Amino acid sequence: MQNYDVIVVGAGLIGAACADALTRRGLRVLVLERGMAGGGTTAAGMGHLVVMDSPPAEFALTAYSLEVWREIVPHLPEDGEDDPCGTLWVAEDEDEMAHAKGQARSFATRAVRAELLDARGLSQLEPSLRTGFVGGLFLPDDRVIYPPAVTRFFLQRAIRHGAQVRERVEVRSIESTRPGCMAVHTATGRIGTGQVVNAAGAFAPALTPGLPIEPRKGHLVITDRYPGLVRHQMVELGYVKSAHAGSGASVAMNIQPRRTGQILIGSSREYVGWDSSINREVRGRMLARAAHYVPALRELSAIRTWIGFRPSTADKLPLIGEWEPGLTIAAGHEGLGITTASGTAALIADLLTGATPAIDPVPYHPRREMPHDA
Amino acid sequence: MTPRETTDSPETTSAALWSDGVVANRTSVTGSPRGPLCGMGVCFECRTSLEGRGQVRACMHRAVRPDPLEPEIACDVAVVGGGPAGIAAAAVAAESGASVLLIDENPLPGGQIWRHAGGPSGAARAWIERLARSGARLIGGGAVWDAAVVEGAAFASGIDRPTRVTLWVSRGEVSSRVRCRAIIIATGARELFLPFPGWTLPNVLGLGGVQALSKQGARFEGRRVLLAGSGPLLLPVAATLTTAGAQVIAVAEQAPLASLLRFARNWPGKAIDAARHRAAFLETPFRPGTWVAEAIGDDRVREVQLAGARSERIAVDVLAVGYGLSPNHELPRHLECQLEEGFVRVSDDQETTIPGVFCAGEPTGIAGVESALAQGEIAGLAATHRAPTDRLRRARARGMALRRDLERTFALRPELRLLARPETIVCRCEDVTLGTLSEIADVEGPRAAKLYTRAGMGACQARICGPALQQLRGWGPDTVRSPLKPVTIAELEAATTPAWSEISTTVASGAPGPEPVSLEVKS
Ligand SMILES: Cc1cc2nc3c(=O)[nH]c(=O)nc-3n(C[C@H](O)[C@H](O)[C@H](O)COP(=O)(O)OP(=O)(O)OC[C@H]3O[C@@H](n4cnc5c(N)ncnc54)[C@H](O)[C@@H]3O)c2cc1C
Ligand SMILES: Cc1cc2nc3c(=O)[nH]c(=O)nc-3n(C[C@H](O)[C@H](O)[C@H](O)COP(=O)(O)OP(=O)(O)OC[C@H]3O[C@@H](n4cnc5c(N)ncnc54)[C@H](O)[C@@H]3O)c2cc1C
Repeated sequence: MQNYDVIVVGAGLIGAACADALTRRGLRVLVLERGMAGGGTTAAGMGHLVVMDSPPAEFALTAYSLEVWREIVPHLPEDGEDDPCGTLWVAEDEDEMAHAKGQARSFATRAVRAELLDARGLSQLEPSLRTGFVGGLFLPDDRVIYPPAVTRFFLQRAIRHGAQVRERVEVRSIESTRPGCMAVHTATGRIGTGQVVNAAGAFAPALTPGLPIEPRKGHLVITDRYPGLVRHQMVELGYVKSAHAGSGASVAMNIQPRRTGQILIGSSREYVGWDSSINREVRGRMLARAAHYVPALRELSAIRTWIGFRPSTADKLPLIGEWEPGLTIAAGHEGLGITTASGTAALIADLLTGATPAIDPVPYHPRREMPHDA
Repeated sequence: MTPRETTDSPETTSAALWSDGVVANRTSVTGSPRGPLCGMGVCFECRTSLEGRGQVRACMHRAVRPDPLEPEIACDVAVVGGGPAGIAAAAVAAESGASVLLIDENPLPGGQIWRHAGGPSGAARAWIERLARSGARLIGGGAVWDAAVVEGAAFASGIDRPTRVTLWVSRGEVSSRVRCRAIIIATGARELFLPFPGWTLPNVLGLGGVQALSKQGARFEGRRVLLAGSGPLLLPVAATLTTAGAQVIAVAEQAPLASLLRFARNWPGKAIDAARHRAAFLETPFRPGTWVAEAIGDDRVREVQLAGARSERIAVDVLAVGYGLSPNHELPRHLECQLEEGFVRVSDDQETTIPGVFCAGEPTGIAGVESALAQGEIAGLAATHRAPTDRLRRARARGMALRRDLERTFALRPELRLLARPETIVCRCEDVTLGTLSEIADVEGPRAAKLYTRAGMGACQARICGPALQQLRGWGPDTVRSPLKPVTIAELEAATTPAWSEISTTVASGAPGPEPVSLEVKS
């Protein structure tokens, strides 16, 4: 008889959400985190909870996740900084506006509230934007949270339901003997368990060789406090093009008002391994893109720049499901892992308890065929 | 131009507000009034809305905004920080014929000690004149906020130091790139603050804070000031304020009398200095073994509760308290120079663990002005490939001994670490209390404190609460990230890393070094 039904490796937002969901289903859970909970990619991200319209599998997971989040946020403590500010997708030209209209139609058929805006509506909703944009699409049900605090919230709730959480314990290897009889090895020995969930984010392949996850670096810049200057989380509609264009560094406008009054500015994407230095050129291009939308940003005082590594997969969908008997993966959430943590955790809990998942898990299967990079 | 003839007034906006009787210039994130603390650009408590822009540090703001520099500057040696160490380093390096730049965030050279409203005198004057003659170019009002070191092949010009350093300097809200073969970091120290109940009340400042404000032109006439804390700063500040017309009520030094007497026996020269300062405020009681337990007030401090040898409550207008100095080592840490016992590790030639990066003065150890000067001279010589004289070696060694004795004499008593109560704010930028920190982050250290409580996440980037928590909890410093000094988004946007082929051509094609303009503070 094992002491634990499930060992979750990694206490990022994904692992923490999984631990919470699993304990709520009555499983005995142990979380092992080599650093501090929420200190990995989760500490470096923007905390935007956003519904993506396509591809269908991305829509399904993000929309489902937002539904799950709506049940969670009323319970968040103050420091979770929940801000239901919505997402404002900004269209720079008619092409992007056409895209926005397509999105609006598709959201309408899927019961996601989305509001098309013309140029006037756009500047009324978000006066910080410079004039000259064609219009936009507003999703009032998207929100912004503060991921490290929410990670802690999930873990504390899990602990209240009987989970154990050990920080500063690194899992060195996962031993798959047979289902129901798994183990992990740490510096101080072997811990037996029924199942293992690898939720080690961008580090997951180190424990499960062959997992198709690569780090994708991103830069962020935060300003001093300027309450009220920016009201909504903004993203450019060109984002989908620019965010996933080719292998060089790409940048896109991503401006986020924090509950503190600070403004968090992103985003950039590059495949440069684990190089954690600040690339001034990429940061510069990223800020230029943001200031192209909100010129007033240029005068603000910047207090810090940092980088983070998104756990990226070739098809941009996460890896959720059984890798081999006894070993389940919950990793590879790229730039949407804050959003999809809630949905991922619900799926994992369904899969491990034999319940029927609310959405079809097949598109996220970790052994699915991956596209090869051109 | 000599500094005295500079048209720029040293008066800062902080000083002007102070003289006008403005007590609080901002409201903290939880709604309490705040006034200036450090007076030297570190704590961000004096941020205010000026010229239609928010979040300007009033203590660094002057009526005349300096002109931007040219976008690219190349030189042999760049010196960051224009205190005694930086002045000596720049002058000595420039005397070799090298092109030298001296960059300081303040408009005039002098650092914390020689920055006088009335202009320098004595040793300060001699050094500042030597600097002016040396041909070093002085960049006042320029803050170094990013730096990169590239080690690699020698310059095309054949100059042998393989290191190439780029500095990003902000002046007048525009940044320039300075490229050089060696840098000397002489960024000095800031004051160490330990939280105690009431320390966030307006009119509770650092010792360096009141001194800086007074040097920046703030008026203290008739104000009832209590000075407390620890270290050699107490006496000169008491003297300065008394001379400035303040009514200094008492000077409380936490170190016991026995330690002070032993120190005086070991360092007769320092004892004479101390006696000279003391002579300026003979009317005022000096209380060793005494410290501030609490500041009491409403919209500002009204009373101070002293503890220790003398426990009493005293009515005040201003309380200045500081517990010694804490090194400004953000720049060397950013360049990944190694530290030793919390200070920048240097060789006998003041070179850090990164070749071509030198460090002099307080970031290498708190040892006072003579040591800073000697280290500066040594660094200036070494950066231009010359060996220090025996006189300098001896002065350096004396500085090291003084440093040890200062540490011993003014060692902080354990009671000071227990003054803060659960409700006492530790991180002043984000208003994080000791209670919150203990609840959430006690085992984890600065990273957990930051991520879970926001302590250290604010505008000062843990420059105040970091060293305090190092004392209270033994936590090490968090990582440093650019910008090391606040800059605008526009400046970050424009900053790019130079391709080094560019610089070799600049230097090889004989681009003139910076012309020897001294003390160029534009008005
Ligand atoms: C710049 C940037 C902006 C972003 N913005 C957003 C956004 O706005 N919205 C959004 O939805 N997503 C965003 N993301 C993506 C999101 O942050 C990630 O997808 C998410 O944080 C991944 O969470 P995780 O739990 O999988 O990974 P992590 O948070 O990295 O957690 C993995 C944990 O596993 C631990 N670990 C690793 N190896 C071991 C081991 N051997 N033993 C024990 N523990 C181990 C690590 O220490 C770490 O704590 C952004 C990402 C970046 C970089
Ligand atoms: C607040 C304070 C008050 C003091 N008062 C006295 C006194 O009254 N009597 C006494 O004997 N000793 C005093 N000292 C101690 C004295 O300053 C030192 O012993 C000695 O002068 C140190 O010289 P320094 O050159 O190392 O540093 P400093 O004199 O501190 O000079 C460092 C300079 O670097 C600049 N700087 C720092 N970072 C940057 C950057 N990134 N970009 C540009 N510029 C930068 C600062 O503005 C400063 O001008 C004081 C120290 C402090 C901190």
